[in-house]
Amino acid sequence: MATIAEREEVAAPAAWHWTRVRNNRNFLGFWFMLPAAAFLLLFLTYPLGLGIWLSFTDTRIGRDGVFIGLENFVWLADDPVFWLSVFNTFLYTIVASVIKFALGFYLAILLNNHMPFKAFIRAIVLLPFIVPTVLSAIAFWWIYDTQFSIISWSLTKLGLITENINFLGEPNNARASVIFANIWRGIPFVAITLLAGLQTIPASLYEAATIDGASRWQMFRHITYPMLTPIIAVVMTFSVLFTFTDFQLIYAMTRGGPINATHLMATLSFQRAILGGNLGEGAAISTAMIPFLLGAIMFSWFGLQKRKWQQGEADD
Amino acid sequence: MTDFTRRDVLRTTTALTAGAMLTGTSLLDWAKAWAADMPFKPEDGAKLRALRWNRFVESEDVQFDANIKAFIEATGVEVRLDKEWLDDIQPKAAVAANVGAGPDVVWGPLAMAHLFPEKLVDMTDVADYLGGKYGGWFPVAETYGKRDDRWICIPLCVGGNYINYRKSMVQAAGFDEFPADTDGLLKLSAEMNKQGNAGGMALGHASGDGNAWTHWAVWAFGGRLVDENNKVAVNSPETIQGLEYVRELYQTFTPGTASWLDGHNNKAFLSGEVGWTNNGISIYAKAVRDGMDIAADIEHAYYPVGPVGRPTEMHVPFPWMAFNYTKYPNAAKAFMTFMMEAPQYNAWLQESVGYFTHTLKGYADHPVWTEDPKRRVFKDATERALSIGHAGTLGYAAASALADFIIVDMVAEAATGQASPKDAAARAEKRANRYYRV
Repeated sequence: MATIAEREEVAAPAAWHWTRVRNNRNFLGFWFMLPAAAFLLLFLTYPLGLGIWLSFTDTRIGRDGVFIGLENFVWLADDPVFWLSVFNTFLYTIVASVIKFALGFYLAILLNNHMPFKAFIRAIVLLPFIVPTVLSAIAFWWIYDTQFSIISWSLTKLGLITENINFLGEPNNARASVIFANIWRGIPFVAITLLAGLQTIPASLYEAATIDGASRWQMFRHITYPMLTPIIAVVMTFSVLFTFTDFQLIYAMTRGGPINATHLMATLSFQRAILGGNLGEGAAISTAMIPFLLGAIMFSWFGLQKRKWQQGEADD
Repeated sequence: MTDFTRRDVLRTTTALTAGAMLTGTSLLDWAKAWAADMPFKPEDGAKLRALRWNRFVESEDVQFDANIKAFIEATGVEVRLDKEWLDDIQPKAAVAANVGAGPDVVWGPLAMAHLFPEKLVDMTDVADYLGGKYGGWFPVAETYGKRDDRWICIPLCVGGNYINYRKSMVQAAGFDEFPADTDGLLKLSAEMNKQGNAGGMALGHASGDGNAWTHWAVWAFGGRLVDENNKVAVNSPETIQGLEYVRELYQTFTPGTASWLDGHNNKAFLSGEVGWTNNGISIYAKAVRDGMDIAADIEHAYYPVGPVGRPTEMHVPFPWMAFNYTKYPNAAKAFMTFMMEAPQYNAWLQESVGYFTHTLKGYADHPVWTEDPKRRVFKDATERALSIGHAGTLGYAAASALADFIIVDMVAEAATGQASPKDAAARAEKRANRYYRV
């Protein structure tokens, strides 16, 4: 004897299929994901693809270009200013990221302790991150001013120096100065995110370690650090990406000067593409950043994320 | 309204401007008379979106708005004016040109019109009308305005950039006035430095002050980025001579000029830290406006003349242009014409207090240049200027080379000793070749 279900299937196979499809998780999932996917396509993939395409053309502002293959890159390979900007970008990213990580981590551990006005202090630490970049850049612009620098002024009053410090006028000073400004701005992000990570580590682990007679260093080395690596990976990926692509700080403080000593790839790209009108060449400079960025991401995802659940598998 | 013809009104108002400026109502009367007989008829229901840079001199901005208001009331054309930071104008205009949408009229600095000439409304008739009526254009204005035989933008004014100095400090150094030749400047600068009143000019990526004086220095010795055929010619004995001169001069500057952007020298000069620099009239204007004691001691001078024996100055032109995606090209033409007609333009020059110099010869007798003798040199900015493309033509290459700070970097390298004058010139040649490649 046929069951009810079978009879219904015979009667209306099409409707039955529709019900199955409608309740299929993958089918539904597709529709739920569509808006996000459209967003990504429209605002990420398309501009990125367009940028890469432009880098293979001789497009200028207001005039469509033609495909010229690798010519922009060949030109850039022969351009000392471009290579200087590559050097500057690496110097800026590596030095700033390492120091931001070290100081940010230290700050996070300090903030993780119990202390009076904890919430208030944590809020204050975030300030450099909250202030709009351009505002902080202008503040640094004054701090580094050759004639009016408060640092030079204080040191002179203290009798430590006789001449104002040439913060932004001498290439290496200028590099150090902009890196310092970037560090100042970037530390809160690292510190607060790592602090959040620290607070997810169960206190029972430390209690057990204390009973076993572990030193503070051992606790840090064998509990804090391993428990924190996933967060570190994420924070450092973002930190490196932000630093590598920095634009505002440099643009507001030095415009890439003196003599291109602080030009980053991002600022040079803007100068050539928008101010100079050579969209193709500017896009090529931006495109040249992509391999480095990919490398940085790969390193932190595959180098720092050793646990299986981080790579989509069940943990041991 | 009385039955004025345009000529009647013009005659009356020219007389008026000699004494007092037009008041609000008379400006409107004139505007209405003008509208009845205007050379370019706006389209029905025309609406314009205009974009200008944010003011440096408040009174100028107020008068600019008043002139626009008169235009709106007289013609019925709606005009919406946006104001943006000076450095943002070119990127915005570039994007507008590229996507074919945005403001109809843009007013901004330098030669950006030459980056996208084919996207602009042909302004030849406007230029001919204004030039015919007001004594013709200064040659450099024509250079900036024209591409081939077509006017692509209307040079509204030039922002003069001259030597600003403290009279007392120059006199203390044993000079009656600022030297008129490059050798004299070297002596004066050395002496002022010795006396603790060193001067200085920007060597950072300062698009206004930095470009202005470094171009002057190279040109003064006969150096130039390109020759008359747009062939790169910067690596020449003349350029190197200029760079050697700058290197000597730099030794006498106040420390830190390699980091200076456009605003640094204003601050340093106003606070009495430096005895001379190069700038627009804005330092003096601020000193006057704020009632500072220093104002009486500020003087202005032409750039000294170098071995070439004639002025080699660079001043920033401020042209405006209409994009050809506009639905109302005639309204745009009418608007730009109206703003340069005598009543509006005279009032505006007056309120610019010397910050802007006229580009039409007919405005040379404007009282703004005589009522305060300290403004006097700025009157000649347009007449004495060379174009940024000198000695070649303006175009993509010239605009791009300027935006890439090739000359500024070359001079800075040689001045700070980061490269010998020879190497600096060779490097500039290589960079320039990238833009002037055929």
